[in-house]
Amino acid sequence: MSDLLRHAWVIARKDLVIELRSRTAFVSTLVFTVLVLIVFNFGRDPTATAVLDLAPGILCVTYTFAAMLALNRAFQLELENQALEGLLLTPISRRSIYIGKLIANLAFVGLVEAVGLPLFVVFFNVPVGHVLPALAGLIALSTVGFVAVGTLFSAMVIRTRFAELMLPVLQLPFSIPPLVLAVLATAKLFTGRPLEESLGYLKLLAAYDIVFIGLSTLLFPATVDE
Amino acid sequence: MLRAEALRHAFGPVWALDGITFSLQPGRTLVIFGPNGAGKTTLLKTLAGLIRPASGAVQIDGGRRAIGWIGHQTHLYNHLTVRENLLFWASLYDVPAGERERRADRLLAQLGLADRAHQPVLVLSRGLAQRATIARALVHEPTVLLLDEPFTGLDLAAAGDFRRLLAEYAAAGRSVVIATHNVEEGAELASEVAFQVRGKFVEHAARGRRGAAEIAEAYRRAVGHV
Repeated sequence: MSDLLRHAWVIARKDLVIELRSRTAFVSTLVFTVLVLIVFNFGRDPTATAVLDLAPGILCVTYTFAAMLALNRAFQLELENQALEGLLLTPISRRSIYIGKLIANLAFVGLVEAVGLPLFVVFFNVPVGHVLPALAGLIALSTVGFVAVGTLFSAMVIRTRFAELMLPVLQLPFSIPPLVLAVLATAKLFTGRPLEESLGYLKLLAAYDIVFIGLSTLLFPATVDE
Repeated sequence: MLRAEALRHAFGPVWALDGITFSLQPGRTLVIFGPNGAGKTTLLKTLAGLIRPASGAVQIDGGRRAIGWIGHQTHLYNHLTVRENLLFWASLYDVPAGERERRADRLLAQLGLADRAHQPVLVLSRGLAQRATIARALVHEPTVLLLDEPFTGLDLAAAGDFRRLLAEYAAAGRSVVIATHNVEEGAELASEVAFQVRGKFVEHAARGRRGAAEIAEAYRRAVGHV
């Protein structure tokens, strides 16, 4: 187990160092997040629907699209000079590669979300200060499952001709359950309902995370081996 | 010790490997000559475990950890420095922490890359990148080297250095397999010579006292006869 995590960390750290230096994916994902928020902001009639009714959906959909964009680049790095082939030649477990990519993707998407949340507050004037810890936990729970599935599919489609198109086609159906749960729980938090009312949603999100991290870790070797 | 047993593999209707069997003792260097499309790369990838053959088996003492690979791609990350790349790959092969730096620095010096150690791979010329690739393949001190056209992009001095390095490796009891279409480059290193045409070894014998000219003549005859 320790070798598995040590190798995973080596891969995750490498991905994060490369991202820190190139910054292209982070900047483009962040710009995309801002643009989506702007579109939602100007694409609604403020007199027709209360912002609190729309805000949970807007936040979750924005994060979903941004994460999708971020996941597209997860294995692009490994196509550079066919480094993926090099990884497959090493004696490390294929699962280390998956866990390493998962850690790097979580850090990357988490950072985009952390920067995106204040922008969301500015655009939609939704007060989140009083529910910030609970909201952060909810976002983390929904992000983990989404990224776990997305990392697997990213590896699966990377060697196909239309990888950037295939990823959302494969992933979005799997993302509907956590998306619905996240929207429902966020709505409860935004409307000031007690946290206990959202606990059921949070437990389901946690279960989704556990199941899909487990499944993805098991299935990953089959997606990268010939 | 490397052993290949009745390897067969096809791409569509074309047999890239058609019943290749051989074994290579430690300290021996097998150079495989063949025209484009003969299946040399497929053979090396099959030996490395990157391609699963339709039938047949490969046995390498020490498994994947024992393999050093140079293919058509560098397997280097453009945004990491040359030294960081070497340390990354050494980590995945479980080279002990203190030893990683020592080996990386020694290889960088041997391959004339010491002054490029802290430059990102992105800025290296093709020849320098190939030298970095050689360092990457050797950093975990493999006992079986699988090299596909390894002299590509190297200038005369670098090719000479690399030939000396390979001779040292073979003298230290390691097995080396080189695939090339260039008889001049490969003949000098060979202790065994094989001619591969349309997925088959049409000749496999010890080099003996044959010089490059005699091997070239034998190669022309072998290729012409198939």
